Amino acid sequence: MSREIGEVILDLKNVSLAFGGVKALTDISFDVREHEIRAIIGPNGAGKSSMLNVINGVYRPQQGEIVLRGRRFARMNPYKAAQAGISRTFQNIALFKGMSVIDNIMTGRNLKIRTNLLLQALWWGPARREELAHRAKVEEVIDFLEIQHIRKTPVGRLPYGLQKRVDLGRALAMEPSILLLDEPMAGMNVEEKQDMCRFILDVNDQFGTTIVLIEHDMGVVMDISDRVVVLDYGKKIGDGDPDAVRSNPEVVSAYLGAGH
Amino acid sequence: MGFFVETLIGGLMAGMLYSLVALGFVLIFKASGVFNFAQGAMVLFAALAMARFAVWIPGWLGIDNALLGNILAFLAAGGLMFAVAWLIERLVLRHLVNQEGATLLMATLGIAYILEGLGTSIFGSDIYKIDIGMPKDPVMILEGTFEGGLLINKEDFVAALIAAVLVGLLTLFFQKTSTGRALRAVADDHQAAQSIGIPLNRIWVIVWCVAGVVALVAGVIWGSKLGVQFSLATVALRALPVVILGGLTSVPGAILGGLIIGVGEKLSEVYLGPHIGGGIEIWFSYQLALVFLLFRPQGLFGEKIIDRV
Repeated sequence: MSREIGEVILDLKNVSLAFGGVKALTDISFDVREHEIRAIIGPNGAGKSSMLNVINGVYRPQQGEIVLRGRRFARMNPYKAAQAGISRTFQNIALFKGMSVIDNIMTGRNLKIRTNLLLQALWWGPARREELAHRAKVEEVIDFLEIQHIRKTPVGRLPYGLQKRVDLGRALAMEPSILLLDEPMAGMNVEEKQDMCRFILDVNDQFGTTIVLIEHDMGVVMDISDRVVVLDYGKKIGDGDPDAVRSNPEVVSAYLGAGH
Repeated sequence: MGFFVETLIGGLMAGMLYSLVALGFVLIFKASGVFNFAQGAMVLFAALAMARFAVWIPGWLGIDNALLGNILAFLAAGGLMFAVAWLIERLVLRHLVNQEGATLLMATLGIAYILEGLGTSIFGSDIYKIDIGMPKDPVMILEGTFEGGLLINKEDFVAALIAAVLVGLLTLFFQKTSTGRALRAVADDHQAAQSIGIPLNRIWVIVWCVAGVVALVAGVIWGSKLGVQFSLATVALRALPVVILGGLTSVPGAILGGLIIGVGEKLSEVYLGPHIGGGIEIWFSYQLALVFLLFRPQGLFGEKIIDRV
């Protein structure tokens, strides 16, 4: 069905990013095709998170450009990215800790809310109906991620693995066309990792969402990705399907150290 | 017994006004992580605007009706507070995104001076009065229950009622609407809020507008009670202990904190005053705040400060 890899939807051209004198990314180009699962891997400090933050517009690269569905963005910012259908999760989980799971996921619907402030303040017909429609959508997300039992719990009280799931839920509530996942499996045990893998594959399969994910753990990624970019010291050292990347000598030496 | 209840009610009513000013602090702190030192100046500015507009507008339009004049003046002052909120976001906050809390605090200190200066140079520095037809005479109630009845100040009662309604409406707005939810989201995490498509700038304008309206209502109430004068800016200082007591991030905390301090002030003045000398009302709330800072720095309802290491 929807899971047929299509045209290039996101194209990064010659992106360079530096913080003062420190070069985080040097001249990196790669593309992402519609409906695929694209992984960015690399050892610690390789520039993976920086790469994701460039796509999302948190960082502005000094050089290079981002082409999203044929539209060029010289200066992306997180709000524009969200409007363009890019949503993301965070490595260190940036949920709204004081709010319940439902409220957190509801915030993901914010861009889709059409009624204005005044109607909302009066809790008037259209505003109320809209709220209920969004709430129904959020319940779907909650069912999908199997977190019905914690929907009213304040997020700050949840264990780490579940917080990660809520973080994914908030991103999904936006109904993104591109989903950026920043180390979705970091700090999880084997069982939680398996669950997360299943959710990622299901999202991709059922909604046709294009997924760009960063991962430190090479094993997991190779199993679920269509294509993989490998970064090391801010440079691209490999790009291709998992098998090609696995047998790339440069990648092997980056992961295992020189001499192998 | 009757006297105790009377003092208690007086305290509750005064406390409601503290709650209102404290709410202004909490709203802005929640939404932008800024401790808004200009809240007092906003109260003064709004009250000055209201007092002068109530004279000017009927003059310009030739209106005789005091009620209509007051309503128009209130709307005009509200509009002015919206403009102030918009300008603050445009000229100050927008340029300070992701800066340290101390930087933002200093910026609001600057805003306070500008508002005070601007207010007195536009509206003059005399003492004005706001007359919105608040009933001034005290009334006797429950004469059957208590010996001699309870003496209630009608003006305080109306003021407390207005404050309570406003506080209730704001709480509903924050909890029940999607904009309210977006406001809470921004309060929690700027970056995450932005990445899911919540426009920070708009949210900040909204929140400063709301704080402006709260300041206006507080300004009108205090102004009609005490007259509009420069010391109104220090009313906000009386709300500072309230905020510490209730917790900077909690709306219910601001309300309850205000009530506790209002009651505490009055009761301590009446019952402790004779033993350790008068004037307790002035420092009692700060003392209470100090105790809280020592033993429960997050306040009654504030979010506990836990950092993952």
